Amino acid sequence: MGRITLDKVAKRFGDVEVIPPLDLTIEDGEFVVFVGPSGCGKSTLLRLIAGLEDVSAGQIRINGNDATMTPPAKRGLAMVFQSYALYPHMSVRKNIAFPLKMAGVDQATQDAKIEAAAKALNLTAYLDRRPGQLSGGQRQRVAIGRAIVREPDAFLFDEPLSNLDAALRVNMRLEISELHNTLKTTMIYVTHDQVEAMTMADKIVVLQAGNIEQVGSPLELYHKPRNAFVAGFIGSPKMNLVPGSTANDSSHTFGIRPEHLDISDSEGLWHGVVGVSEHLGSDTFLRVTVPGMEEHLTVRANGDIPLRHGDKVYLTPQADKVHRFDSKGLRIE
Amino acid sequence: MATKQSRSAARIMLAPAVILLLGWMLVPLVMTLWFSFRQYLPLRGGDQGFVGFDNYIRFISSSSFWPSVQTTLIIVGGVLAITVVLGVVLALLLDQPMWGQGIVRILVIAPFFVMPTVSALVWKNMFMDPVNGLFAHVWKFFGATPVEWLSQASMQSIIMIVSWQWLPFATLILLTAVQSLDSEQLEAAEMDGAPFRSRFWYLILPHLARAITIVVLIQTIFLLSIFAEIFVTTGGAFGTRTLSYLIFQRVLESQNIGLGSAGGVYAIILANIVAIFLMRIVGKNLDA
Amino acid sequence: MARAVTNNRKALNTAIAWAIGLLIFFPILWTILTSFKTEAQAISDPPVFLFFDWTLENYAVVQERSNYARFLWNSIIIAGGSTILGLIIAVPAAWSMAFVPSKRTKDILLWMLSTKMLPAVGVLYPIYLLFIELGLLDTRIGLVVVLMLINLPIIVWMLYTYFKEIPGEILEAARMDGASLKDEILYVLTPMAVPGIASTLLLNFILAWNEAFWTLNLTAAQAAPLTAFIASYSSPEGLFYAKLSAASTMAIAPILIMGWFSQKQLVRGLTFGAVK
Repeated sequence: MGRITLDKVAKRFGDVEVIPPLDLTIEDGEFVVFVGPSGCGKSTLLRLIAGLEDVSAGQIRINGNDATMTPPAKRGLAMVFQSYALYPHMSVRKNIAFPLKMAGVDQATQDAKIEAAAKALNLTAYLDRRPGQLSGGQRQRVAIGRAIVREPDAFLFDEPLSNLDAALRVNMRLEISELHNTLKTTMIYVTHDQVEAMTMADKIVVLQAGNIEQVGSPLELYHKPRNAFVAGFIGSPKMNLVPGSTANDSSHTFGIRPEHLDISDSEGLWHGVVGVSEHLGSDTFLRVTVPGMEEHLTVRANGDIPLRHGDKVYLTPQADKVHRFDSKGLRIE
Repeated sequence: MATKQSRSAARIMLAPAVILLLGWMLVPLVMTLWFSFRQYLPLRGGDQGFVGFDNYIRFISSSSFWPSVQTTLIIVGGVLAITVVLGVVLALLLDQPMWGQGIVRILVIAPFFVMPTVSALVWKNMFMDPVNGLFAHVWKFFGATPVEWLSQASMQSIIMIVSWQWLPFATLILLTAVQSLDSEQLEAAEMDGAPFRSRFWYLILPHLARAITIVVLIQTIFLLSIFAEIFVTTGGAFGTRTLSYLIFQRVLESQNIGLGSAGGVYAIILANIVAIFLMRIVGKNLDA
Repeated sequence: MARAVTNNRKALNTAIAWAIGLLIFFPILWTILTSFKTEAQAISDPPVFLFFDWTLENYAVVQERSNYARFLWNSIIIAGGSTILGLIIAVPAAWSMAFVPSKRTKDILLWMLSTKMLPAVGVLYPIYLLFIELGLLDTRIGLVVVLMLINLPIIVWMLYTYFKEIPGEILEAARMDGASLKDEILYVLTPMAVPGIASTLLLNFILAWNEAFWTLNLTAAQAAPLTAFIASYSSPEGLFYAKLSAASTMAIAPILIMGWFSQKQLVRGLTFGAVK
């Protein structure tokens, strides 16, 4: 069981309100990702749930019980930190055993659980090493191992992949998703990387300046961003957002994703010049300068498109894929 | 960065240290203040009641007061100057590649382990004694008249003894700082054609600023209260009576507690002036 | 400055450094050598350096004249006791300031350090009276407390700087793993800070061992440590160089030996954790 409810939870540091009162429910077994730019309060929110920070107002319920004043050790949650936070003076085995030791689990059970966790995480060969002798990915696994042996109600991940190199990050992402499929335990995952959010989450919570901008499944967020911020934040490359007037549209802001722009060499809504073109093989990303527009348009074309720097192109947004936002940035249906 | 629970735990855990030090500071301070306003001669009539500011006036108008303040400042300043300058030189030297670096370092640190009473006794008798001291032998060897160090050059001698004790400390701190100096930066400067002198002034010395601050701070704390070195060598004679020593004499030798306490209050004020001055610099430097 | 240098340059460095090193060490060396001389050789003119009749007689005389073992024992108890007591009080305080800092943390640290600037003589008499009142005069426990108090700011300061280097996330991880505050300090913080704690312990042991104001003024026959033992040789009748040297060697030897064996921790400790 791992149902977590935040009820008008708010956090202030002195006079600064980092998180205005917000409500959020995380269902049992859900993989929830908090995503947002740095300083948006996502880590703070996670630390509030963990109990590493006090809420300034509101209530946190875990499985229906008020846990607002419960110390972190007693909340039944496990956390994986950005720096891994392994105990450098203990072997891998002792690191993983630490929560069990603190819980007063007997030695035989400890050993069995450590063996099982080590096997699941490919750490058996490293159990007697110190964290300092391990690679970044292995350390990350130890941190996860330490979390799973506790059999917590929910896992909390605080940007766990940001210290890994790109290739490892993709692997670990899959491993964590795999882990979630096996354990079916609630996971709350904080990241600034929308790709991680899109690929892993059942439910994404987009945060900005402590406010929840939108909550929804990855595809809901992609197809129906509630406002211009979410529209710009979710999806890669970013959605093109231009003033409505330049698109002959009545909306305040007119949004179109790079993959939803048709290219033609003869006619279209906008006429522009190709700047940088990035050929990735599968796709080509073009940066097109359109006279009268302040920012470039990004266009996603197929991989074999022969366009080069300086070529002239016509672009037309696909009518049913257009996003419109009003002057407050809210979506217009 | 914390919860109410950890903050209250933190307060509870900080409390013993703060309370103990507060007590250690306030109780004797209040007693000293109390005595400083009384005529109190334990061996000659005991406590004879309040005398207002008499003790303060007597202490400050005594002919020994200002010279003792001056002596204190000269000793502290002299030792600081010598240890910092020689410390920088030694640190730069010890940072160079050489054989037996570890042993040289042990040799240089050694004086720090010697208790002040021992070093004062050894210097006084075995080196500075005008008849049998080693210096006297050296002077005679070169045909010079042996110097009566502790009477003719008393201040210089004491500064030398104390500097010998504190040079290891300064050297070590500065050496650690020198070793953390970015060698690429120095090499870049060398490539730019900067001679050693400019590299020293513009790169090395600024880098050492923080370490020098630490040396000055810690040494000042200890030097303001040097006692054994003077107690053993000159007993405060020949112009080496520091403020601390003057008070010590008033309290213990003349058994005039009131007068000594007034002196103590002056010493505390002097220490505070130095402290405020130092804390300003250090506080600023430690932020970095 | 790891760079290939010519052997000539290295030899020159070595020569200069060794010369200076030996010069600085010389007073100690001379004292140790003299302690093995006869009194006549100790003041012979010209002085003899190595070629004399080595004798242990001075040590025997010193031991006979003053009970060295008791002074030594007092020194160990006073320096060791004050350091350990100081650590017990300082570890929680340093934990507080390093991991739960508040706006006043820096002020408290500087204030603590500033208590060290209070001139000891200024408060000697009050402390003396208090000691008589409490029956602490010339007791080891009294000195343990006083030396603990005068070194406490330095112990707190050093531990604070060492603790600051330990990432707070690790302690938070322990908290998440179900550790109580006691477990967190005992199983996670302390083992991680062992090098720093060892340095602190060593340095403060030395400072307490060498402290020569309170130990001289608050002890008489019972609790006197080695500082008092050696001070008794400052009186003119004690001025026999060989015996003075033997007594000096006996007073400083324990610390010198300890210092040499734990040089690494000490060097770190000597920098008060403030310079890296």
